[in-house]
Amino acid sequence: MRIGVFICHCGSNIAGTVDVAEVTERARRYPDVVYADDPMYTCAEPGQAAIEQAIKDHRLDGVVVASCTPRMHEPTFRRTVERAGLNPYMFEMANIREHVSWIGKDKEANTNKAAELVLMAVEKLRRNRPLAPKSFEVTKKVLIIGGGVAGIQAALDCADGGVPVILVEREATIGGKMAKLDKTFPTVDCSACILGPKMVDVAQHPLITLHAYSEVEDISGYVGNFQVKIRKKTPYVDWSKCTGCGACTEKCPSKKTPDAFNEFMGDTTAITIAFPQAIPKKAVINAPYCRKLTSGKCGICAKVCPTGAVNYELGDEVVVETVGSIVAATGYDLMDWSVYEEYGGGSYPDVITGLQYERLLNASGPTGGHIVRPSDGREPKDVVFIQCVGSRDKSVGRPYCSGFCCMYTAKQAVLTKDHLPDSQSWVFYMDIRAAGKLYDEFTRRAMEEYGTHYIRGRVSAVYPDGEGRYVVMGADTLMGEPIEIKADLVVLAVGIEASAGAPKLAEKLRISYDNYGFFMESHVKLKPVETNTAGVFLAGVCQGPKDIPASVAQGSAAAAKVLDLFARPQLQSDPQIAQVNYPRCVDCGKCIRCCPFGAIEEVNMRGVGKAQVIETVCQGCGICVATCPQGAIQLSHSTDNQILAEVNALCRF
Amino acid sequence: MKYAYYPGCSQEGSALDYGKSTGALCAALGIELAEIPGWSCCGSTPAHAVDTQLSAALCVRNLDLAARGGADLVVTPCPSCLSNLRLATDRMKEPVFRARVNELLDAPAVEDLPDSTSVMQLIGRVFDADTLASRVSKPLAGLKIAPYYGCLMSRPADVMQFGDPENPTLMETLLAACGAEMVEFPLKTVCCGASFGIPERPLTALNSGRILELATRLEVDVVAVACPLCQMNLDLRQKQAARAEDANFHMPVLYFTQLMGLAMGIAPEHLGLDQLCVSAQPLLRKLEAARAAASGTEAKGGKA
Repeated sequence: MRIGVFICHCGSNIAGTVDVAEVTERARRYPDVVYADDPMYTCAEPGQAAIEQAIKDHRLDGVVVASCTPRMHEPTFRRTVERAGLNPYMFEMANIREHVSWIGKDKEANTNKAAELVLMAVEKLRRNRPLAPKSFEVTKKVLIIGGGVAGIQAALDCADGGVPVILVEREATIGGKMAKLDKTFPTVDCSACILGPKMVDVAQHPLITLHAYSEVEDISGYVGNFQVKIRKKTPYVDWSKCTGCGACTEKCPSKKTPDAFNEFMGDTTAITIAFPQAIPKKAVINAPYCRKLTSGKCGICAKVCPTGAVNYELGDEVVVETVGSIVAATGYDLMDWSVYEEYGGGSYPDVITGLQYERLLNASGPTGGHIVRPSDGREPKDVVFIQCVGSRDKSVGRPYCSGFCCMYTAKQAVLTKDHLPDSQSWVFYMDIRAAGKLYDEFTRRAMEEYGTHYIRGRVSAVYPDGEGRYVVMGADTLMGEPIEIKADLVVLAVGIEASAGAPKLAEKLRISYDNYGFFMESHVKLKPVETNTAGVFLAGVCQGPKDIPASVAQGSAAAAKVLDLFARPQLQSDPQIAQVNYPRCVDCGKCIRCCPFGAIEEVNMRGVGKAQVIETVCQGCGICVATCPQGAIQLSHSTDNQILAEVNALCRF
Repeated sequence: MKYAYYPGCSQEGSALDYGKSTGALCAALGIELAEIPGWSCCGSTPAHAVDTQLSAALCVRNLDLAARGGADLVVTPCPSCLSNLRLATDRMKEPVFRARVNELLDAPAVEDLPDSTSVMQLIGRVFDADTLASRVSKPLAGLKIAPYYGCLMSRPADVMQFGDPENPTLMETLLAACGAEMVEFPLKTVCCGASFGIPERPLTALNSGRILELATRLEVDVVAVACPLCQMNLDLRQKQAARAEDANFHMPVLYFTQLMGLAMGIAPEHLGLDQLCVSAQPLLRKLEAARAAASGTEAKGGKA
């Protein structure tokens, strides 16, 4: 075998703490190495060209590059050697940056370690075999989980691109958090007016199948062919008959049902349609509050329904879909702010969240758009907004910024003045983060044109003064003095976290999530839409805090990724998978039982049972290899012999 | 478990009534408190404001004495002393700090310093609400009380280990078990002005005034406290606070131990009630009246 070795300087990233020339010199003495060089930037165009040239000049049949992590550039270099006529798997990478130069300053030790890693790569490469991927068919249909604005955008873009979409929404209507907002910054246009048409488009698009009031129960399979089990929770109403006329909601006698859509700012009926523009506009019974379902006595909604749609016997329905790709767009929820005992921990009726305030401002909200205090229905005069309640606060375990609260608070202050011209708004802030287009101009308008008092500092306590108002005690850190404001209403900009159940869904999708439940992208900067599971993409706040424009942009980006995936006639499977050596297999079945992907099946070969790997399902995890008592299963490209050769290279004595 | 009692300097001076009532209450409850022989000041605010090692040395001297006397737990009524004792114990876990403190002491301190706690937490640990209620002979029924912890009892949270730092509830549990009506007092951990009563009197007047004003508005009969300095600011300086608020306060400010002592049937003179600036007489009369009314109805009930 003729091997070429390239030791990358990576500018000074590697050469700064590794003697690159020395490593190159030692590599020349390794078995089968006929060529070694140390380019400045191996991944750059001249570096790649040098590899191609060396393959031709020195008739190389294998290449080792010692540089950064293979997660960064292994695909790059595989393509390089392929262009020069080699099989892409006749290539090995030694990570001497993340594993060596970036983590130690002792140049001699670093140089030794780098040389050893290169030797391991050479020894493995000597045992590599050319591998060829298999092609397989793709189901050109996408599942989008979450019908907020990000999911809606992804669904519409995919469907407009000709891809059938299955949209699953947990609530009874799509629209997500945006549907609950009154107006949107920085233009103060009506949220429902700009979102509504998109929601209608979803309902009317021939390529979009909407499963509202449904949850993804199980996901199996792999990119190109995921099998998805969707549970359609029973609304106790036959939606094929329901016309959304609302007669049932008017007559329902159970009028003390907590109204989740209105953020519990009012009561609703046990059978409801969330809001006038709901999509689908269908009624749902909230079972624990329904008299018929809890006590068996009532049945009024069934009597008044003109189409006979109400059916108290209706059960859940499970549908199974096969899709080629999945977009997660599950959004966010507010953190549980009751940990803030200094703000009453949720016990003061007139201390509310920003989202609750949106419902008070909204014309279809519980007060018809009149700002009144929940406690006594009086119009407030002094409204205090407190920023960063559960954002940028390590003391409650929330070190991150929720991203959009500075802006919506400015908007709410503006709207407060519009609704109540005699009112005065106060905003306690830490920093004003208004980095988007037209955002800073907007916050300035809130201060200068609407007379909002911005006070830089934290609030230490909010308490009822015993006369129906609230005392807000805080610090004005610009003036360097304590400040007290008497408020009628206090609005908290409560920090956000990933929506409830996000970690569970991540486990079903086999993607990673962080401490706060946000899904992990494949690369923070360069792959913000992809995940580490092929075919699964992210859109919106499920990946991290972002506002509406950014969520819409990411929804479109996810759709572009789906369309890109489906633009290929066939997908190619990774050939680095398990293979059975049939003569050795004794059909004990242990591999079948341990495989987490169901990728091994039992087959009959001339009357004898044998294990067989389903090539397109195997993910190459290697659990079966470690389990097989006969050593009959081997992982292509990571055989026992290759691993032992690496170990021997490292432990020669 | 053996408890060593660390009274703290104020119990010898400005808070004689706190010391007296703590002793009487614990005796009535059967909690044996053995005063640390030869105890000295914990350093209070001045010591730790100047030098944490010196402050720790003063505390460790006392903890060491308690440990050598065979105590498992040091108990103090004063939150400021407790804060110093607990911080010193924490800091002594760091070897360099320990070595420096040991240099300041006559002899190195024992390796395992005893844990320390407040009188309030000790009572809460020994008695649950029901057991405590069964010990009550003269219930505080008819009394409306605002619990006021001050800023130090529950903070810093990780040092003091006193439940939620913004909303502790132990005092409510204890006094409610004694039959009192406890109001939600939102300012329960907001500072009274502490030692600024001397260098910056208007600030203390403002802070204490805020507390007294809310208590007055909530129509409570008494503010219950657990800290000698809080008691002094709210009681002794009540007229200063009233002037700052342009108000007129007549708010008795009693230690929780005095109130619990009354419930246990201890005579007022053994609880140091005569030491208060704002008289507790109206409160005692109200209790008497409530008791008379209760026994009256009982008697009537008996006849019928």
